[in-house]
Amino acid sequence: MMSFFSYLLNGISLGAVYAIIALGYTMVYGIAKMLNFAHGDILMLGAYTAFIAFNSLGLPIPASALLAVIVCTLTGILTERIAYKPLRGANSLAVLITAIGVSYLLQNLALLIFGANPKSFQSFIPIKPLHLAGGALTIPGETIATILTGLIVAAGLLLFVHRTKAGQAMLAVSEDKGAATLMGVNVNATIAMTFAIGSALAAVAGILLCSAYPSLTPTTGAMPGIKAFVAAVLGGIGSIPGAFLGGVILGILENLSKAYISSKLSDAIVFSVLILVLLVKPSGILGKKITEKV
Amino acid sequence: MNGNGRRKKIFQSDMASYAMILAAYLAAELFLRSGAAGSLFKGLLVPLCIYSIMALSLNLVVGISGELSLGHAGFMCIGAFSSASFSMLMKGQGLPNGLCLFLAIVIGALSAAVFGFLIGIPVLRLKGDYLAIVTLAFGEIIKNLINALYFGVDERGAHFSLKDGAALKLAGGGRIIIKGAQGITGTPKLSNFTVGIILLLLSLFLVLRLMNSRTGRAIAAVRDNRIAAESIGLDAARLKLLAFTISAAIAGAAGVLYAHNLSSLQALPKNFGYNQSIMILVFVVLGGIGNMRGSVIAAVLLTLLPELLRSLNDYRMLIYAVVLILMMLFTSSPSFLSFRRELLLRLRGRGKDGREVS
Repeated sequence: MMSFFSYLLNGISLGAVYAIIALGYTMVYGIAKMLNFAHGDILMLGAYTAFIAFNSLGLPIPASALLAVIVCTLTGILTERIAYKPLRGANSLAVLITAIGVSYLLQNLALLIFGANPKSFQSFIPIKPLHLAGGALTIPGETIATILTGLIVAAGLLLFVHRTKAGQAMLAVSEDKGAATLMGVNVNATIAMTFAIGSALAAVAGILLCSAYPSLTPTTGAMPGIKAFVAAVLGGIGSIPGAFLGGVILGILENLSKAYISSKLSDAIVFSVLILVLLVKPSGILGKKITEKV
Repeated sequence: MNGNGRRKKIFQSDMASYAMILAAYLAAELFLRSGAAGSLFKGLLVPLCIYSIMALSLNLVVGISGELSLGHAGFMCIGAFSSASFSMLMKGQGLPNGLCLFLAIVIGALSAAVFGFLIGIPVLRLKGDYLAIVTLAFGEIIKNLINALYFGVDERGAHFSLKDGAALKLAGGGRIIIKGAQGITGTPKLSNFTVGIILLLLSLFLVLRLMNSRTGRAIAAVRDNRIAAESIGLDAARLKLLAFTISAAIAGAAGVLYAHNLSSLQALPKNFGYNQSIMILVFVVLGGIGNMRGSVIAAVLLTLLPELLRSLNDYRMLIYAVVLILMMLFTSSPSFLSFRRELLLRLRGRGKDGREVS
């Protein structure tokens, strides 16, 4: 029974990481109407930056984390400016292929710079593990920190989007770019801001992910990135609470199927969820059903 | 242009594509016969055919139906493993080689088509970029599954297991065909350059015929404007599904060629992984989306170049990534397109009357 709780908690923690990545995915998708394939690789970049800052430059943990966030934010804005912005108004296939190119570029740059050997990432979480039920249940500090961070990030984003002017501008742009322009919203700046926030979140997710699963390689971000997309679709793409919910459900599902069904097939199970969702309710759990007007 | 003129132009262009492949085939054969060809060159001939077929197959999805598949290596993997299992079963049964390969190709193409069809049903109904992510996931799942799969036969029939070889519980005379991560060993080497070229020509014929048929034009209409196409009664989901299934079948056939070109077959990230799918996408993008001849040329060039420029090997994938981004910016960016148009107009204006047009 205790092992079940332990799997469940690990699942929620992994789910919280997926949720943080999915939040970035879903915001960018909602605003730029594009699948930012490179999102997972921005995560990897954040983890490498934190690793280098901490291990090679000897910076303290908060400074290393901050540096990772800054580097990712700048990379996010830069890729948007160079690769995606010129393609605004082009067909979606072109944007998608460009995003894949950016993702592939980041992965292979990391491969050239850092090599293919996994780096062992030292945990950034100073919280001590919690022993419950007379030592039968141990909750690692990373789990606690990840779940808390996930909650804070989701709540903060909700507040930001609904309570601030910049957040309202984001909503307006995602609803109707043309109308938002007419209302005096700076669409380009809003999209750049969305990429910045999404990439900063990816850096946080990267540090949390690598603190819990310490092996860091150039493809570290690829799988979590795809799974976070599945989470975003599951929760309803474009919806902030949906991305959080989807992430947590997916994390739990993955960890429980790893524990009770098969570790080799857990990925297959997660992806069959995606296909199932697309079959049954393509708009996701909390997504709005959009009827298209002709 | 009137209908007849257009048809004639398409016919000429198609014939030029076939002629190009035949000429390349003859040249390569002559080079081989002359005895000057090294083993590196000989070893590249069948892969060249495989990659060209894969590029055609992906271009059918990307170019004609306007969707993106990132799991084409997965279909190739299915074609490879299903057909290699078949020819392992047929080993020593007295089946002539040619017939065995023919049946293997049919089986490989059909099994890949079945998977393509099954994936396409839920995904292609939807608008948006779902196919890309689902096929990407699919490619990874197939690789994982095959690495975990054990398959053997004995007199009681076929046995499958996802655990290990012992779990198959084979009777005395039984043999294991797929050995988990070790894959299949001892596949008969039935592929050769001529078979590869025949398969390439067949795939090209299939794709070009489809492209210029009523169905192909309907698929392209759905790509260009789904709403308009549906409003004149075209079934968008069915048409996209058709294109995707045919494409999967062609990729499966390429997989058959791959499996029967090597004596051992394993599902590695290198041959059936994401990188392979991206490489095929690079062929398609560089050759021109929707341009079948371009796909073949790009596949051949990009397969030969790295072999000639070994020193660039470390940077190859980096270059691929840059190629993807730049090609898209140059061919699809609205501002770059209008800049290009303007430049062209200016150049033309200057050419005509020898003075600058403002």
